[in-house]
Amino acid sequence: MMTSVRKPRVAVHKFSSCDGCQLALLNLGEDLLALAERVELVHFAEAGPLDPESDVDVAFVEGSVSTPEDIERIQQVRRHSRFLIPIGACATAGGIQALRNGANGAQWVAQIYSHPEAIASLAHSTPISGHVNVDFELWGCPVNSRQMLAVVNSLLLGVAPHDNADKVCTECKRHGYPCVLVSRGVACMGPVTRAGCGALCPSLGRDCYGCYGPAENANTDALAAQFERQGLTPQAVMQRFQSVNNQAPVFLAAADKAGMPRDE
Amino acid sequence: MNAPHAIDSGAPHAATVVARTQESPTIFTLQLRLDDAAAQAAYRFAPGQFNMLYLYGVGEVPISIMSDPEERDGIGHTIRALGRVTQGLAALGPGDRVGLRGPFGRGWPLQEVSGCDVVLVTGGLGCAPVVSVIHYILKRRERFGKLVIIQGVKHADDLIWREQYDRWAKLPDTQVMVAADEGAAFWPWHVGRVTELFGLARFDPGCAVAMMCGPEGMMRAAVGSLQALGLPESRLFLSMERNMQCAVGRCGHCQFGGAFVCRDGPVFNWGEAQPLLAHRGY
Amino acid sequence: MPIRSDRAGFLPVAQLPSLVARLMALGYQCLGPAVENGAIVMRELDAPDALPRGLQAAQAPGHYRLTQDPQNRYFAWANGPQAIKPQTFAPQESLWRVARDAEGALQFAAVIPDAPAQALIGVRACDLAALAIQDAHFLREGRRDEHYAQRRDRLFLVAVQCAEPAATCFCASTGDGPTPSAGYDLTLAELAEGFVVEAGSDKGAAVFDALNLSAATPQQIDAARQQGQAAAAAQTRSLPDRNLRDALMSRLEHPRWDDVAARCLACGNCTAVCPTCFCHAEADTPALDGRTSRHERIWDSCFGESHGHLHGFNVRPDIRSRYRQWLTHKLATWHDQFGRSGCVGCGRCIAWCPTGIDLTEEVAALTVGEGTP
Repeated sequence: MMTSVRKPRVAVHKFSSCDGCQLALLNLGEDLLALAERVELVHFAEAGPLDPESDVDVAFVEGSVSTPEDIERIQQVRRHSRFLIPIGACATAGGIQALRNGANGAQWVAQIYSHPEAIASLAHSTPISGHVNVDFELWGCPVNSRQMLAVVNSLLLGVAPHDNADKVCTECKRHGYPCVLVSRGVACMGPVTRAGCGALCPSLGRDCYGCYGPAENANTDALAAQFERQGLTPQAVMQRFQSVNNQAPVFLAAADKAGMPRDE
Repeated sequence: MNAPHAIDSGAPHAATVVARTQESPTIFTLQLRLDDAAAQAAYRFAPGQFNMLYLYGVGEVPISIMSDPEERDGIGHTIRALGRVTQGLAALGPGDRVGLRGPFGRGWPLQEVSGCDVVLVTGGLGCAPVVSVIHYILKRRERFGKLVIIQGVKHADDLIWREQYDRWAKLPDTQVMVAADEGAAFWPWHVGRVTELFGLARFDPGCAVAMMCGPEGMMRAAVGSLQALGLPESRLFLSMERNMQCAVGRCGHCQFGGAFVCRDGPVFNWGEAQPLLAHRGY
Repeated sequence: MPIRSDRAGFLPVAQLPSLVARLMALGYQCLGPAVENGAIVMRELDAPDALPRGLQAAQAPGHYRLTQDPQNRYFAWANGPQAIKPQTFAPQESLWRVARDAEGALQFAAVIPDAPAQALIGVRACDLAALAIQDAHFLREGRRDEHYAQRRDRLFLVAVQCAEPAATCFCASTGDGPTPSAGYDLTLAELAEGFVVEAGSDKGAAVFDALNLSAATPQQIDAARQQGQAAAAAQTRSLPDRNLRDALMSRLEHPRWDDVAARCLACGNCTAVCPTCFCHAEADTPALDGRTSRHERIWDSCFGESHGHLHGFNVRPDIRSRYRQWLTHKLATWHDQFGRSGCVGCGRCIAWCPTGIDLTEEVAALTVGEGTP
């Protein structure tokens, strides 16, 4: 089962996003050259090649569906791709821009822009999976090079990528970082957040803020209760779940629950 | 390194696919041969044991060995394509390379049951670990009494090795009964629960042993039927599946109570396994 | 084994660096306490006098805060999140690698670590007891794990008697501390004026002899002994000092499992900080060029999803079954495997559980009304 003669064709598409996830590829350095040996980069605007309408084996999609034009374009990407893989919090959960989903977006636009009629944006920012079938999702804000390489490697080997839905804590402890939730009493989201970042924030003594989205079996009730014991107000607990993955269903539910008025 | 003993590095042996058979839409058999001829010649296993098969760059999976232990040319593995490694293995064909570690674990108690009847109860792909037993017994027919093969599948289409079942059914002192929860056109066997067939099984409960493999719920039901027919617990055996990653009792994933299934099993006496099988989560 | 009066030396407090210097001269990379992320961790000492003084930590369920020892001692802290385990059972390492040539042929080769000789300064009785269990697991007769063995063989262990157990400690009840009784090369008991020192191995005796210590006085030996007894008496938590196997295994459907599952994050912190937990996963990391791949093992936890993964099925999909697997393995079925409980009373799983689940409390709730109190 050696590499086929034809190199797999790869496209990288951008929707509503900050471009940060594409850097996971651009920052590969020497590995990017090695990657170019094994795949054909057909469309990747940040890196040069422009051919968004060619058929490809793998399409990485960054960004959320946020404008009427996005809805059309994602269908087109789907039609041209064998494997479609959303990358990053925008593409997998709607991103930070999905905070508008629970607000009056039209009012925000009117407050900010002098000509609001020039803005064509949907009321909601939604993940790619809300519009087309996806073959795998890579969570993170941003995703990192190691994850991207693992996905590419799996596809080159002809197998599905490995889906690691374990908690950030598993990576944190393997690195030997003492738990900041315990040692500093900070509101670390690691215990409900998907691994993949290598516990970047705890490595710097910081609390995880959930940028990789919900882990499997995320016990948000228990963590929210712990945050309150540590002195966070219900409002502050709610905000912990309202970051870049605010529309991921598990975090959305946790934020709603934290923000609900309670009988004391 | 000046270790007086071989280093237990756990690295696999290189092996080559010598034959591939598609058994059903998702089930296939790989016949493997170790690249090192001496290692292949020296390779021995007992029915019920398993190998760890390695797919380059992806990882390993535990697969029971279904070929006859005296076959020296290759080692047979029947596999269902389901996870990353097995789906990758499904794409292999003759000449492709894999890694192989094994054999591991404790096999079926075939020595102890000489002269007795053997009842094999299997469900779904559970048939793979006991197919090596069938081969073993058929090649050494004089050593055993009656052979009863009871196989259950969810759907008629799930049954693999149909021709073999037909062939086995025609052998003397061999009874083959197959049941599918859902039948299909041209399905010659029973439609319904496999446990409905036990009353028809012909064996001497005073000198018989049962070997079971398949979904744990099915095995629990089978045990009830077998005990009702007079088979004591001490002569009921099952092969268990757990998450085996190291295969040498080290990584901890396959623990079943105090047992490491990879090392202390995968074949257990029903009495050893039963107390914990009753609790979901072990 | 209490401190023996026949062969105890005395190391004046000012001369502690001479012990470190001796170990460094023997080629050991010396690890001692350091502060990281607000916790006491074991890190390499860059000089013989680099051991910090006055470190201490207040511990409670889900709580760990650095404090200052008013007596400014070297070892007045009970323990940090890790001690010996990461040094012997590496959190991540390659087991073997494979090369694939242009024809697809595979060549496998073991990757045996070239571990540095390490001296760990300040290990506790609980950690030595845990190491003995890990040795039994990884160095099992007939299945010696060479990766573990390489590092284990090159370890020099300087144990310290615990004088100030944390509120989470309960080693006295498991019979594993607070005074080290075996498994060390050297052991120290810290008194105000210095250390009562004892050797526990040949390589420890060689260092002991090289230090030219004066004999510890009977008063010093007695003070150390009393300090150990006081530390045991000061412990506020405990596990029943009997085999809990049958008690726990007969309560597998107890409602308390649901109760603890509601509080458990299934983060696996308890298993990572537990000095006896040995579970690890195996995974491949292929190189991008398609020609080589490394087969690695990484720490894994029975609280993770993949631990109970079967072909198309998960044995333990929910937190209840994962917590129950952990606790019943640790305190019940561990007896079947190792002839003792898997708990050495270090209390790390209590302090480092983000929601403060206390296994002594869970055991009490699960076994209420059972056996002798």
